[in-house]
Amino acid sequence: MATIKIPPVLRPSVGGEKEVEAGGGDVGTVLHDLAEQHPATQSQLFGADGQLNRYVNVYLNDEDVRVLDGLGTTVADGDTLVILPAMAGG
Amino acid sequence: MSPSGAEVIRQIKSQIDEVDPSEVDGAASNGNGSRPVLIDVRESEEWDAGHIPGAKHVPRGYLESRIEGAVPDRSQRVVLYCASGNRSALAAHTLQELMGYENVESMTGGITLWKDRGYDVEVPQSLSKEQRERYSRHLLVPEIGLEGQTKLLQAKVLLLGAGGLGSPTALYLAAAGVGTLGIVDDDEVDLSNLQRQVIHTTEGIGTPKVDSAERAIAAINPDVDVVKYQTRLDATNVMEIIDGYDVIVDGVDNFPTRYLLNDATVRLDIPVVSASILGFDGQLSVFKPHDGPCYRCLYPVPPPAELAPSCGANGVLGVLPGTMGLLQATEVVKLVTGAGEPLVGRLLLYEALGATFTELKVRRDPECPVCSKDPSEISDEEMGVFPDYEAFCAAAG
Repeated sequence: MATIKIPPVLRPSVGGEKEVEAGGGDVGTVLHDLAEQHPATQSQLFGADGQLNRYVNVYLNDEDVRVLDGLGTTVADGDTLVILPAMAGG
Repeated sequence: MSPSGAEVIRQIKSQIDEVDPSEVDGAASNGNGSRPVLIDVRESEEWDAGHIPGAKHVPRGYLESRIEGAVPDRSQRVVLYCASGNRSALAAHTLQELMGYENVESMTGGITLWKDRGYDVEVPQSLSKEQRERYSRHLLVPEIGLEGQTKLLQAKVLLLGAGGLGSPTALYLAAAGVGTLGIVDDDEVDLSNLQRQVIHTTEGIGTPKVDSAERAIAAINPDVDVVKYQTRLDATNVMEIIDGYDVIVDGVDNFPTRYLLNDATVRLDIPVVSASILGFDGQLSVFKPHDGPCYRCLYPVPPPAELAPSCGANGVLGVLPGTMGLLQATEVVKLVTGAGEPLVGRLLLYEALGATFTELKVRRDPECPVCSKDPSEISDEEMGVFPDYEAFCAAAG
């Protein structure tokens, strides 16, 4: 299982949690598992084409998955995924 | 019979290595990595009257307590100098015999001979007596010192917004002695601002934020020149307003301005210390054009409105912009003085309820539509034209 850190704007979609657990061997599978557990996150994370929305950054531990293998990036047990949309509050 | 002072100095000089100014000048300019650290061991007034460029100042009276801050590595080549070569010889003897420095030399003839030979001397801007007192705690920190304080006094920093983030940033940068603080804000002080926008007061309700901020800054530090822009940053004024500033502090509350600012600062090569806040969460990074990623490398497109609520809609912990704004102010001081490692290529997340910090890597996007271009290769026509960000970001509000 991987730990997923949930940003403030997505917390209402996961029952208010800051972190949730989800399983899978790669980033895509883990995020789909998250979307199955919490269906409200599906459209926030993924576009109609099944790809990750461009405005959602996902980090495996501290590295952006865009510079790794994207949704195909291997996730090991105990890894942390950080979901990060931009914020503009000031 | 006890030896004379002159005799002691002669004896000590025979026990240490001395080096001619011509060798020091050669070593300083050869750039081959074996450059010695130059230490000026004279008193503060002598240092202020002029010193060798690139030298560090460790007065002989503080030698033992401060040398490790200036030269932590005892195998590093160190050249000491004073006015004529006597005090530096005594100091070299101390470093070599008592403190285990392995590669210490004293410069023959001191800065007097150095000047006679026509080598460069740097005369630092001197501080008034009052400034010495006001900034004394900075002057004591080796990473800032007189050189850093002088840079702060000469620095021009632009604050976008005198709101939640801009308030604490402005107060502390003013206190730190940043010479010019520009403030861009078209808003007036509102009662609901005062829970977090600490530069404004109850008395100031209804007055322009730039005026209210100017009053607070003047009360803290008369050294600071405040430049007010009571306007909203947009495509028509951004290039004119930001040109000439050394660092920009982004604390704006909307995406269109953040993207607009990014593109303009990449074109003008101005670093941006950027923070954003919502609820109990904050984000912070430094976007230094071409040295690191830009805002578009991190966030290629803004999120849709439902994923980008504002503090006005969702609320924010009043203390949070204080925390994030002061982290911004810290990064500004680091950029201006050159101290430490700025938060370039890194994104810091702060979650106040859990009291956790998370650091993420931010990479330059080789296909970034803005910072992958060489600004000099952008034509005049392109330089003057901004895409319609308002429409582009309309959904994000």
